[in-house]
Amino acid sequence: MAGEVTKNIDQKTLWEGGRSPFSVSYGKMMMWFFLISDALTFGSLLASLGFMKHKYVDVWPISEQVFTHFPFTHAHLPLMYVAFMTFILIISSVTMVLAVEAGHRMDRKGVTFWLFLTVVGGAIFVGSQAWEWMTFIAGPDGDISTWADNATLTQNYYGRGFTAELPVLGPVQYSQFFFFVTGFHGTHVLSGVIINLIILLGVIKGKYEKVGHYEMVEKVGLYWHFVDLVWVFVFTFYYLV
Amino acid sequence: MKRDDVIEYSLGATHSEEAGKAIRKKIYFVTALLSIITILEVALGVFWTSMGLPWLAVKFAFIALTILKAGYIVMVFMHLGEERKMLKYFILIPYAIFILYLLYLLFVEATALTTISATTF
Repeated sequence: MAGEVTKNIDQKTLWEGGRSPFSVSYGKMMMWFFLISDALTFGSLLASLGFMKHKYVDVWPISEQVFTHFPFTHAHLPLMYVAFMTFILIISSVTMVLAVEAGHRMDRKGVTFWLFLTVVGGAIFVGSQAWEWMTFIAGPDGDISTWADNATLTQNYYGRGFTAELPVLGPVQYSQFFFFVTGFHGTHVLSGVIINLIILLGVIKGKYEKVGHYEMVEKVGLYWHFVDLVWVFVFTFYYLV
Repeated sequence: MKRDDVIEYSLGATHSEEAGKAIRKKIYFVTALLSIITILEVALGVFWTSMGLPWLAVKFAFIALTILKAGYIVMVFMHLGEERKMLKYFILIPYAIFILYLLYLLFVEATALTTISATTF
């Protein structure tokens, strides 16, 4: 791939002013700054999740026993739906990178097509997350109407060795972290979908054709890949480990 | 207002049809790799008990696979591998130092707290 790294610029020209030593535009640099700060937030959140897991190592629920549901079926499918969600987000990340690639060739039709698929993938993910919240709140018996045994911020009926007939109290931090981590990530996905949609409208209107480059697609692409990146870590550290 | 003393880096990020083909090939390769890793992770998560694997090994396998996945996303999808070296390290090194330090502190503290009280919540 022909990136900035392949260009041979000597140190004197790089650092003596008049150009960016990083060879990126202002907007892209600022997007990276934002992503670093956002990554620190997520990193601290997941690190504190690790803290709680270590503290309650003997009683912390095992996620593969909690997340066993799949929409439209009553089969026992541990982790299958969250794997599907991960796959959807990875695929939408791929369509995004294909949109960026099409943008580098000034292929407006290509950008429109791939960016549209990215928006669709993001929307499926947000919908899936809403469904997962519903089933998690419903409690081990799967009945959302009995508020007494719902998983909330103040109670967690998914303790070690729980069944639908016999919910066991577990550390409340398990449900708190679930709602906070997936909720914070879901907000990022939702805002990403909205931002992608706005950029998609710009692409359709031919705004970036006029500017002469599709860097805006690349910048929102960075944000979208970041959302996918965070989910890769959430998937591992909340659901798997 | 257009200024001719400001370099427009955005305009330089274009490539030809042939280069695009090579880039797409790489993208599809990484897609396949990420999918395989995800399938592997889920299979490991579901079957590790019935396969009789030690939990510590499974845990480190998860973490290693995740970091591999994250590396491909950042380096290929986010194009950080194609940016200048200075930008790459400027982003990665401070972040890595801070998070590793935080993880170290929190795990030490959590282990200490476990010895004090195990089941209060």
